[in-house]
Amino acid sequence: MDYSQFLAMKQEIALLVVFLIVFLYDTFAPKKCLNALSGITTLLFGAVTVYGFTLCGDASVASFAGMYETTPVITCIKNILNVGVLIILIQATKWNNSEAQTVRRGEFYELLLVTLFGMYLMISARHFLLFIIGLESASLPLAAMVAFEKNKYESHEAAIKYMLTAVFSSAILMMGLSFIYLFSGTLYFSGIAAAVATEGVSALLVVALAFVIAGVGFKLSLVPFHLWTADVYQGAPTSVTSYLSVISKGSAAFAFMVILAQCFGTAYSAVWEWMLYGLIILTITVGNLFALRQDNMKRFLAFSSISQAGYIMLGIVGNNAMGAAALMFYILVYIFSNLAAFGVIQAIENNTGKLNMSDYKGLYKSNPHLSFAMMLAMFSLAGIPPFAGFFSKFFIFTGALNGTTSTALYVLVLIALINTIISLYYYLKVVKAMFLSQDEPVIAPFKSDLSERIGMWVTVGGVLALGIVSFFYNNILTLCNQYFA
Amino acid sequence: MEQLFPILILCLPLLGFLVLGLLGPKMSHKLAGWTGVINMGITMVLAYTVALTFFLGESTITEPIFNYKWLEFYDKLVISIGFLLDPISALLLIVITTISFFVHLYSIGYMHGEKGFQRYYAFLQLFTFSMLGLVVATNIFQMYIFWELVGASSYLLIGFYYTRPSAVSASKKAFIVTRFADLGFLLGILILSYFTGTFNFTDLNNGNLVATQFGGATFMGCSLLTWALVLVFMGGMGKSAMLPLHIWLPDAMEGPTPVSALIHAATMVVAGVYLVARLFPLYLMEEAALMIITVVGAITALYAAIVACTQVDIKRVLAFSTISQIAFMMVSLGVARPEHHEALGYMASMFHLFTHALFKALLFLGAGALIHAVHSNDYTAMGGLRKYMPITHITFLIGCLAIAGIPPFSGFFSKDEILAACYANSPFWGVWMSVVAGLTAFYMFRLYYRIFWWNEPDYGHHKPHESGWVMTLPLILLAAASCVVGFIPFGEYVHFMPEPYHIHIDPVVAVSSVLIAVIAIALATVMYRKENSLPDKFAKASCGLWKAAYNRFYWDELYMFITHKIIFNGVCRPIAWFDRHIIDGTMDGLAWVAQRLSITIRPLQSGSVQAYVYVYLIGALLLGTITAVCIL
Repeated sequence: MDYSQFLAMKQEIALLVVFLIVFLYDTFAPKKCLNALSGITTLLFGAVTVYGFTLCGDASVASFAGMYETTPVITCIKNILNVGVLIILIQATKWNNSEAQTVRRGEFYELLLVTLFGMYLMISARHFLLFIIGLESASLPLAAMVAFEKNKYESHEAAIKYMLTAVFSSAILMMGLSFIYLFSGTLYFSGIAAAVATEGVSALLVVALAFVIAGVGFKLSLVPFHLWTADVYQGAPTSVTSYLSVISKGSAAFAFMVILAQCFGTAYSAVWEWMLYGLIILTITVGNLFALRQDNMKRFLAFSSISQAGYIMLGIVGNNAMGAAALMFYILVYIFSNLAAFGVIQAIENNTGKLNMSDYKGLYKSNPHLSFAMMLAMFSLAGIPPFAGFFSKFFIFTGALNGTTSTALYVLVLIALINTIISLYYYLKVVKAMFLSQDEPVIAPFKSDLSERIGMWVTVGGVLALGIVSFFYNNILTLCNQYFA
Repeated sequence: MEQLFPILILCLPLLGFLVLGLLGPKMSHKLAGWTGVINMGITMVLAYTVALTFFLGESTITEPIFNYKWLEFYDKLVISIGFLLDPISALLLIVITTISFFVHLYSIGYMHGEKGFQRYYAFLQLFTFSMLGLVVATNIFQMYIFWELVGASSYLLIGFYYTRPSAVSASKKAFIVTRFADLGFLLGILILSYFTGTFNFTDLNNGNLVATQFGGATFMGCSLLTWALVLVFMGGMGKSAMLPLHIWLPDAMEGPTPVSALIHAATMVVAGVYLVARLFPLYLMEEAALMIITVVGAITALYAAIVACTQVDIKRVLAFSTISQIAFMMVSLGVARPEHHEALGYMASMFHLFTHALFKALLFLGAGALIHAVHSNDYTAMGGLRKYMPITHITFLIGCLAIAGIPPFSGFFSKDEILAACYANSPFWGVWMSVVAGLTAFYMFRLYYRIFWWNEPDYGHHKPHESGWVMTLPLILLAAASCVVGFIPFGEYVHFMPEPYHIHIDPVVAVSSVLIAVIAIALATVMYRKENSLPDKFAKASCGLWKAAYNRFYWDELYMFITHKIIFNGVCRPIAWFDRHIIDGTMDGLAWVAQRLSITIRPLQSGSVQAYVYVYLIGALLLGTITAVCIL
């Protein structure tokens, strides 16, 4: 075996190095030095992020007999995820340095880095074996992270629910894969595509495809595979929730797109497109309907994230380079908008322990800066111009409709648009509670610490900049036009 | 350097706005004010460097200095933000930064101790940023964006004293009227870009190409190109306060006086003129559009001049004088043809824009000093002020002489070129505009004599006095500029045809216009130098004309009638009913259905993981079977 192949996995290796340093430091460093762990991890991970950006110009490489591939588009999506993880690390600093957290602080970072490694593999995999390894190493440690606040009952419950559903979804996915293997005799994406192209549409493959979609749909929390989401988001520590909602979801969405386009891109595109039509309508609508009535902020954002996942899927159904670019841009914008919201929630939770929308009444009077950040996040999530969320929605609709003549697709986009109106209601409900409520504020004024403020500035800056500066989307689009066949 | 300065010119005022807007409340008045002044000073120096390098250098670049693709919807629909440096934008850079700097400096004294001082400076910076972005626009869409920003910042500044109901309604009026005009502008942009597939000025100004792209398309008997150009001009009519969209400008005087000097005399109101000049090669393709511009301009000029003769509020006199002078520039563009003196009118219009900005800012700032001294806008509260405020007196007089067109002050030169251009086009417009020029001299000197001569009212023990240096210095510098800028060989730098235009004074036009001005001034001297009953007799003898002019020919009442009686009752009420019952009803219905559904599907989220997995499995199976059944 040619060991130099490992050198193709530059980003994975960089991540692994950071993981080892953090692990060794956490294990062997003297106790009084452990407080520096969060800072060290954040800095090291920042270095990985910067390193990732230096790789943008590298040529595409396939190694391990084509099981692993990296292209500029893949580097780009990994960089996007890195940025999100970096923000989460910054936002988690205060929570991780809190009294209760000190004994298991190291584990948080280690588990997080391992799951991110798994997501890297998922994205780069061109063989289902590698994909499964990535998927599992991205799922199982997350269960441990969800159970992190082990003194809390909700945290346990959430972890068990997450675990059981994850295992079940894996089983479904494997079942689908075994059907596919039965049919094509290979697990390479390209091999499956070739086998599918020669045969016609068969019932067996349709069911197999449905199982694959259901299996990955768990990670994306597509309806009806979403039921775990709200309970887990609510029970998990807020940092883990934000990680689940943006990074885990973003990586799965990209990998999902790659699988559908590369394995079933040509012969079966009509089949999975029809499946996705149904799932998208269900996902957006049901997510919205549940979000309407939530009071707990984390639960509310869980349903919001379900509905957002439906919008992300719109980038896939177009099955073209523009849709791919729109999907990546949507993930980028979603990272900033959602993390801005979670940043505020976390700051309030850290300082006051309050998590309910009813507690946010009159927040503007006591904490104007936080309310402002939250308002921008909500505007962006709702897709109000000129904030980033408007453009990501705009591009994703354009990508879905690009070059299509299918009436069904127009109907789909129309339903998505109507749902945008419904979503406006619940996003603005938060803004209304913060700004328009005449009641005395429930939450007393407090001062956020440095890490919280950095997180806030970065996310709010992103929400504004991504809306105004076209550089990011144009670059992604150029990349996708070049490499997304 | 090539790109750095232009970028800085745009960014510094924006940065100033952000800093003063966000940190302003924490700053002291002094710090905030001087931050604004210094920031604008730097911007001015940069703008002078860029503009003078352009004028004095040999370079004749017509390509934008930079043109950043901002939004690329698809390859045909691209919106860019850029910086176009050509003679007229370089000229406007100088005008805007100069006046803005003086206004910043002057406001330190004028706005001293006002509540919201920092906010005022933040808005001034925002306005300057928007105005600069407007003039350097490389494409009509960028211009439109900044056009609206200018409108918004002007709205903020007019309504600066937001506790005063009159200021609030004036700001709303200005915003609504100009927005209404901008609707036309937007439609014009859409028609233009629909046919040409571009927003870029460089492409749009290729008149012949654009005409072929329109391919003789017509609408209601007029060619679509004419429609487009007239609609674009409608936007200019709104901003430049042309009849019948002029009604907002006199009311806009509710804002602080330095703001009037900056926005409503020197910069924003000439945006319409600038717009027409920017697209002038395209306007030349359509004789009808130019004719409309000429007629609208000429009527406005006469109308505003007549009204200005009767007003009592000194700022309103200046406001109507501004409307009239801008109409001069419009007429000048409207009559310009390449075959007449190499499109002299184009050059004359820009020249007058330049000189007018200086002397009208001077007059407004002078008016500000007067209002500051006597605490009233009405000239009835003034009189004999030449003894108390000598510097204001002399500078104001220079301003009056300049606007009246007396040599060697700047207004003479530019107005002379405009009149020459009018005569070259047709003697009719020449005579018309000469009459307006005479009226100009009359109303300005009426104002001058009423303020500085006439009889002294009872000032009480609080005698008016000259203001501090921050207020007098801008007056002196602007007055000095008004004395000398007329001698700049303007045609060498700004000209429509490729070759420079050599300015020469047409003796017949010059002598006749000076003669008219002198007669008008003499008349004003007789009537207003000392308190007498001549004005009243004159007003009585004019059989209602005076009263009608005093009431601005009832335009406001007309608008009130049309909007309140006709539009509100006939159009708005049915629409409101439709909105309340049909639109809201649909939305309420949607909300009701959503709430119902939400409650109905609630049991799905039971919290039991067994049920979750069960739903999961059913979902996966259904997804497979339904699709299989449908497809096969």
